[in-house]
Amino acid sequence: MSANAPTPPLSNKERVKIPRQHMPEQDAGLRRSNFEEVNQGLTVLGATTEALRCLQCASPKCMAGCPVGVKVKDFVELIVEGDYLRAAAKIREDNILPAITGRVCPQETQCEGCCILGNKFEPLGIGYLERFVADYERQSGQLGLPDRAPPTGKKVAIVGSGPAGLSAAGDLVRMGHAVTVFEALHEIGGVLIYGIPEFRLPKEIVRREVDVMRAMGVDFQTNVVIGKTVTIDELMADEGYDAVLVATGAGLPKFLGVPGEHLNGVYSANEFLTRVNLMRANEFPEYDEPVFDVRGRDIAVVGGGNTAMDAVRTAARLGAKTSYLIYRRSEAEMPARAEEAKHAKEEGITFLCLTNPVAFLGEEDGFVRSVRCMKMELGEPDASGRRSPRPIPDSEFELPIQMAIIALGTEANPLVQSTTPDLKTTRKGYIAADPETLRTSKKGVFAGGDIVTGGATVILAMGAGRKAAASIADYLNAGTWDQPQGA
Amino acid sequence: MFLIVAARFLAPDVKRFTIEAPRVAKKRKAGQFVILRLHAHGERIPLTIADSDPDAGTITIIVQGVGKTTKLLNMLEAGDAVLDLVGPLGRPSEIERFGTAVVIGGGVGAAIAYPTAKALREAGNHVIAIVGARSRELVILEDEIRAISDELLITTDDGTYGTMGFVTDQLRGIIESGRRVDYVLAIGPPRMMQAVAEATRARGIRTVVSLNSLMVDGTGMCGGCRILTTGGARFACVDGPEFDAHGVDFDLLVQRNRKYARQEAESLRRFLEHPERDLGLVRESCRLEQQHPEVRCEARPS
Repeated sequence: MSANAPTPPLSNKERVKIPRQHMPEQDAGLRRSNFEEVNQGLTVLGATTEALRCLQCASPKCMAGCPVGVKVKDFVELIVEGDYLRAAAKIREDNILPAITGRVCPQETQCEGCCILGNKFEPLGIGYLERFVADYERQSGQLGLPDRAPPTGKKVAIVGSGPAGLSAAGDLVRMGHAVTVFEALHEIGGVLIYGIPEFRLPKEIVRREVDVMRAMGVDFQTNVVIGKTVTIDELMADEGYDAVLVATGAGLPKFLGVPGEHLNGVYSANEFLTRVNLMRANEFPEYDEPVFDVRGRDIAVVGGGNTAMDAVRTAARLGAKTSYLIYRRSEAEMPARAEEAKHAKEEGITFLCLTNPVAFLGEEDGFVRSVRCMKMELGEPDASGRRSPRPIPDSEFELPIQMAIIALGTEANPLVQSTTPDLKTTRKGYIAADPETLRTSKKGVFAGGDIVTGGATVILAMGAGRKAAASIADYLNAGTWDQPQGA
Repeated sequence: MFLIVAARFLAPDVKRFTIEAPRVAKKRKAGQFVILRLHAHGERIPLTIADSDPDAGTITIIVQGVGKTTKLLNMLEAGDAVLDLVGPLGRPSEIERFGTAVVIGGGVGAAIAYPTAKALREAGNHVIAIVGARSRELVILEDEIRAISDELLITTDDGTYGTMGFVTDQLRGIIESGRRVDYVLAIGPPRMMQAVAEATRARGIRTVVSLNSLMVDGTGMCGGCRILTTGGARFACVDGPEFDAHGVDFDLLVQRNRKYARQEAESLRRFLEHPERDLGLVRESCRLEQQHPEVRCEARPS
C-alpha cells in the first residue's frame, strides 16, 4: 500500500482476526540474575497493531472496569492515529501514574476483564498500551502537564505518598488547591518505592512520575511521621491545613505465630523488600544496609499473593540456589496475578502448594536451618469463598533452608489512629470512613486506600485517592460537614 | 538535610551533636529516638534523643562510634549536615512520681538514660544515678547527671574512677541495705540490662530497660526490630523502646543484634581503608539537596 493512498478503516471482522500482541520479555535464564525489568514494552509496531484490535465500542465496558475511569477508547484511538503524546495526556486526565499502573495493575480483572473482545477472543492489551504511551512520553522528554485551575487559597495535607496519596494529590493540585504530601521514609512513593521490586517497576520510573507531580506544584515533605513528628490536630490548628487525607496504607506485617519465627534469617516481606528496594541492600557493600547473604543457599517464602511472588523472585535474583514458595492452599486459590506466577515459575521458583509451615528450626548461632511443614488438603469454602485448607495428619516433613520470608499480608498500623483520639476505627483497627465520601468521624479529615480497606492493589488505592480528592473538593467548596454514615 | 550546629567529643569515640530539627525538637519527650541516614548510600540507624531545645529548634544526640555509620557520623563537624533525620519515634518514657528511682547508665547508655533521669527528677522522684564505664576516660556526662540526680555513684571496670566493679554491684548494695527502691531504669549493653533485671526480679521492683534492636523504618512497618516478651512478640520501634525488664528475652535480643556481624565488619573494614569516600558522599548528598531542594532525597550522586 503506497503512503498517499488512505487506508480504509478496518471492519470489526478484520479487527478480531488480529492476534493479541505478546509482551516482549527478558529471557528467563538471563533475568534470574539481574534486576532489570522483565517486561520490555511493546514496540511502536506492536502498539499500533494492538490498538487496531480495539472495537471502539459505543458504550465501552473497559472504562467502567477501571477504578480511576481512564478513557481507554479515546487514548487507544489516539495510538492508532500515531499521536502518542496526546494519548498519554488523555490517560493523565484520570490517572496521574500511567507508567506505573501500566506495569502493576491487574488489568485482567479490571479494564481487560470487561473488554468485549474477551468473550470470544483475547481481550485488548490495555495495560500494554498504557505502558507504551507513558514510556513514549517519558522518553520523548515532552510532558503534557494538565491545566491547573486558579489558586483557591485552600491547603490540603496528604499523609502518605503511596498510590492513594499521589493520585489524590494530582487531582487536588489540578483543582487549584495547595497540596503537601507527607512521607515518613526518606523517599517519595510509599509501596511503589519500598515494596515493588525493580524488575517489575523500576524506581527511576516512580521518581519520574513524582517529578511530574512536583512540576505540577505538589509539595513533598519526606522524613515526617504524621502522628509523631506532627499530629493531625497540629496540621489543622497550627499549620493551617483546611483538610487532611490519611492515606498511610496498612503496613503492619503479619507473622505466622509459630515457633522459631524470630530466628535470624526469618524476615517479614516488608522488611526484606524494604532492605532491597528502598535501601538497595542487593548492592551491599556499595550501599550500607545489609541483607542476609543467600548466595548458594536455599530459601523459602510463605504466602501466595503478589508480595510473596515479589519476595521469592527477589531472593532468587540475590543468588539463592533453591527458592521455594510455600502456600497452604492450591495454586488455583493463589491471590497472585497469573502473570506473576508464570514469571516466577519461568525463573525456576519451586512451588510447594497445599503446604503449611508449623515451625522454624535453628542452629546454635540463632540462624534458621529448616522449616517444618505439614501437607494440607482442601475442605469446605470459608468466609472468603475459597476452600479452606486443613492439615493432613502425620504428613510433617522438614525442608532445609537458610532464609525465610513471611508474606501473609498486613494489618492496620495504628500510628495515626492512636495519636488522633477523635478518629473512629473499625474493630480491626482500620480507619472508619464513609464508603461514598471517605469522610472520617473527624471534621475535615478523610481516609482512603489500604488504611480503610486493608491490603489491596495499587490501582484500588489510586481509585480511593481520586474519590477522596473529589470529596475533599466538595467539602472545601461547601465548607459544611455533615456527620457521615459510615464513620 | 539537617544541619549540625555543634559537635564535640565527650570521650574517645563518643561525640555529642546538636542538630537543627525544629519539628522534632518541639515534639520530643524523654525516651524517644530519631532515625538518621547520613548520605545517599547510607543505612538508617536509630539514636536516642539526649536533649532538645524547642526554642532554638535543635536536638542533641550522643553517639558512640562502633560500626561504620556511627564512626562516619563522628567524623562530621559543625557546619556539616546529615541527609535524613526523622522522629521523634517510639513511646516516651513513663514519667510518674514513683518515689525513689534508680537510673543506671552503662557506657553510652548514660547519655540515653540522662533525659529520663532528668524528667523523673522533675516529677519529684528521689533519683539515684549509677553511671558505669570500662575506665575513667569513658565516663560521660558526669556533671550533667550530677546536676539532675540526688545521688550519683560511678563505677569503672578497672577501678580508674569511682568504685571498681559493675553497676549491678552498686544496685545490689542499695537494695540489700534495705533502702526502698520503687523504680529502676537501666540502659546499656543488653547483658548489663539483663543483669539488672535479675538483680531486681526477686523483689519485684519495677524495672524498665531501653532496647537497642536493629531497625529499618522505625514506624512499625517492617518488624525487623521485633523482640520477644512474656506477652508475645513486640516491635521495639513502636511498642518500645522501653519495656518491662522482667519480661524481655535478652538472649534473643543479643542473638538478633548479631545478625549482620559479618557484613558490619566488612563495611567497617572498607570504610576505615577509605573514610574520605564516605565523607565525600555525605557532603555531596547534602550539597545536592541544598542546591536542588526540589529533588530532596531522591538525589543520588553517581
